[in-house]
Amino acid sequence: MSEFKQLQDKILDKYPARVMKNRKQHILIKDDNEKQEIAANTRTVPGIITNRGCCYAGCKGVVIGPIVDMVHIVHGPIGCSYYAWGTRRNKGKAREDGKNFLQYCFSTDMQESDIVFGGEKKLKKAILEAYEIFKPNAISISATCPVGLIGDDIHQVAKQAQEEIGIPVLAFSCEGYKGVSQSAGHHIANNKLMTDVIGKTDEAAGKFSINLLGEYNIGGDEWEISRVLSKIGYNVVTTMTGNSTIEEIAKAHNADLNLVQCHRSINYIADMIETKYGIPWIKLNFIGIEAMSNSLRAMAKFFDDPELTARTEQVIKEETDDLKEEVEKYYELCKGKTAILFVGGSRAHHYQGLLKEMGIETIAAGYEFAHRDDYEGRDIIPDIKLDADSRNIEEITIEQDPQKYRLRMSKEKYDELKDEIGLSRYDGLIKEMPDGTILIDDLNHYETEMAIKILKPSFFGSGIKDKYIIQKMGVYSKQMHSYDYSGPYAGYLGAKNFMRDVAAGMFTPAWSYIKAPWTTQPALKGKIAEKGA
Amino acid sequence: MRQVAIYGKGGIGKSTTTQNLTAALGEMGKEIMIVGCDPKADSTRLILGGLAQQTVLNTLREEGEDIELDEIMKTGFANIRCVESGGPEPGVGCAGRGIITSINMLEQLGAYTDNLDYVFYDVLGDVVCGGFAMPIREGKAEEIYIVASGEMMAMYAANNISKGIQKFATTGKTRLGGIICNSRNVDNEFEMIEAFAKELGSQMIHFVPRDNVVQHAEINKKTVIDYDPTVKQADEYRTLAKAIDNNDMFVIPKPMTQERLEEILMDYGIMG
Repeated sequence: MSEFKQLQDKILDKYPARVMKNRKQHILIKDDNEKQEIAANTRTVPGIITNRGCCYAGCKGVVIGPIVDMVHIVHGPIGCSYYAWGTRRNKGKAREDGKNFLQYCFSTDMQESDIVFGGEKKLKKAILEAYEIFKPNAISISATCPVGLIGDDIHQVAKQAQEEIGIPVLAFSCEGYKGVSQSAGHHIANNKLMTDVIGKTDEAAGKFSINLLGEYNIGGDEWEISRVLSKIGYNVVTTMTGNSTIEEIAKAHNADLNLVQCHRSINYIADMIETKYGIPWIKLNFIGIEAMSNSLRAMAKFFDDPELTARTEQVIKEETDDLKEEVEKYYELCKGKTAILFVGGSRAHHYQGLLKEMGIETIAAGYEFAHRDDYEGRDIIPDIKLDADSRNIEEITIEQDPQKYRLRMSKEKYDELKDEIGLSRYDGLIKEMPDGTILIDDLNHYETEMAIKILKPSFFGSGIKDKYIIQKMGVYSKQMHSYDYSGPYAGYLGAKNFMRDVAAGMFTPAWSYIKAPWTTQPALKGKIAEKGA
Repeated sequence: MRQVAIYGKGGIGKSTTTQNLTAALGEMGKEIMIVGCDPKADSTRLILGGLAQQTVLNTLREEGEDIELDEIMKTGFANIRCVESGGPEPGVGCAGRGIITSINMLEQLGAYTDNLDYVFYDVLGDVVCGGFAMPIREGKAEEIYIVASGEMMAMYAANNISKGIQKFATTGKTRLGGIICNSRNVDNEFEMIEAFAKELGSQMIHFVPRDNVVQHAEINKKTVIDYDPTVKQADEYRTLAKAIDNNDMFVIPKPMTQERLEEILMDYGIMG
């Protein structure tokens, strides 16, 4: 029996019947001969210790938070704001107007009397005060759980405030309890950006203009990707939303191609922009040297310009030549080691190539908040059954814009490219995994422990909630949501940083030298008393 | 100290009955506190001779945590201590949370003194959320009276409230003390409410007839006993007060099905 089958059995054996039935559908041993299905984006079993976040985390923390020149007000008690303060490490630079508020933490700090009497007045005051002091280019309001419970009409407050101060005020009903994970928040944020921001400013974008979607500039990723894109001659209109400004996002519809990095968090916008403005999108991956080069080549094919293609090859050569020696060094050090990736709704896929380049095989992978299409590919989207949790998330209908819609190429050319470089296509994580390895959706604490004990990986890419449990079990763990204190990891220079950090981490196995006292001594000591004593 | 909560359908006369009843108990020499649990803050108007100026929640909002008891508690007719919880205007915030906050605040401020014979909670309408059940949670009111009349919706509401009481009663000490019939001059009202109360496993503790003097007293911001202690209606409230003071029938109610409730209405409302 393979160690993967053993892991699967060991996990499922331990569960009560109902939990077993549920979790069984989330665990898969990859079989190359079969089209496999996995359950995802369903409710977590209560009490199972999941790593998932909440709707507010997905909306404010992931999608809206990285916009640089906005003040992001969290409407709720202080904890929701404080614990989401800078934890994603999405970086940003002020533009000419000097406005960058990413370092700040804005909260309405709701108190008991605000719950009883409603928080609308306090929210309005907070907006006006933030505007007075900081003069941001826009303001966001993110609703936390209690706001939804008492029914504060944040959209009405936003509308009034917008009229008064004359800058966009965007309200997001992203109460934490909505949906089954942070994924609901991504969708809510996508919808609002689509209806209220994108398409507001028309401006000719110039040649080879693109948007970078689902890239949040964690540890400076976007800067490294844009460095290379600019070097080739691309014109990045905006990133959504790492290091972006509200005005740049408003111009997104002027670009000619959307590049999708994180499929899960931004595919809604990619789809909606194509419907409304006619911009095709392509799923790329900027993590890893080969993936980066392949992505650049796909982009060159899309624009089909001899000069751009030549420049692309030239830049790829320049960048990779510099790296060869370094990569070889790490490959020699790390070859044969194994990794588990449990992160995100796309990252567990993105990092596999980069790990392979340094000799590390990913033997188990899974997502926290992905949907079935992130595992199985977009072909199955029509088969996904909408459950009550998903229905609870607002869906918007987008139609072709009669003035601003334009085709970027002929239908024939589009069809040809569609097959060649995969327009509007994503094949998902399962396809990437080697035959016989294991995929686990919504991994929990117990399953993490079992995976470490049975698979004995050298590297575990995950998040803050399980990082230290893994490290204390003697396995090097890295937060792939925030890169701990490092980065960038994207692009060519990022690959070098990643290899350096991972090798250093794996070869500093400090925790594995420490033995927990209860493994060598009994926890309780006593002696049997004499009868009658 | 007996803690009593008064529930009933909106508009049935909970506040009027509570105040006239407490006035009679006050006249008997009992030490009483009324805690109004309605955001409208109109539960103590007749005792105080006008609306309370400061509610607990308003004071809490304006003064912060630094509140003195005498800012929110006023003494009215027969030395009855009056507190209004208050709350948000309709359509905003959370009135239920307000009641919880307010009662906790009263406890912290030491409003529940040992010399009190009675604490009355006058709670709005139906139990709509956890906050409105606060007065009957563990350690608060253990005695509940439901004000009802022979009108269908009043009985319907009383039956629903009994379901709520049953839930709290099975896990705590909360019991139903009886149904106070506040007459609306419905046909066979006395017999109907008596049968209804019996079906719940309880009793009709008193039948308060309809009398215009109650209205006159209300216009003058007074209870009947305060307005004219000699009228017959004053004696009705005195009888109710005695019945409650001597009551020893406290039960876990047995709420009935909708069908059974309709049967009772048919039996007494039409056939009777």
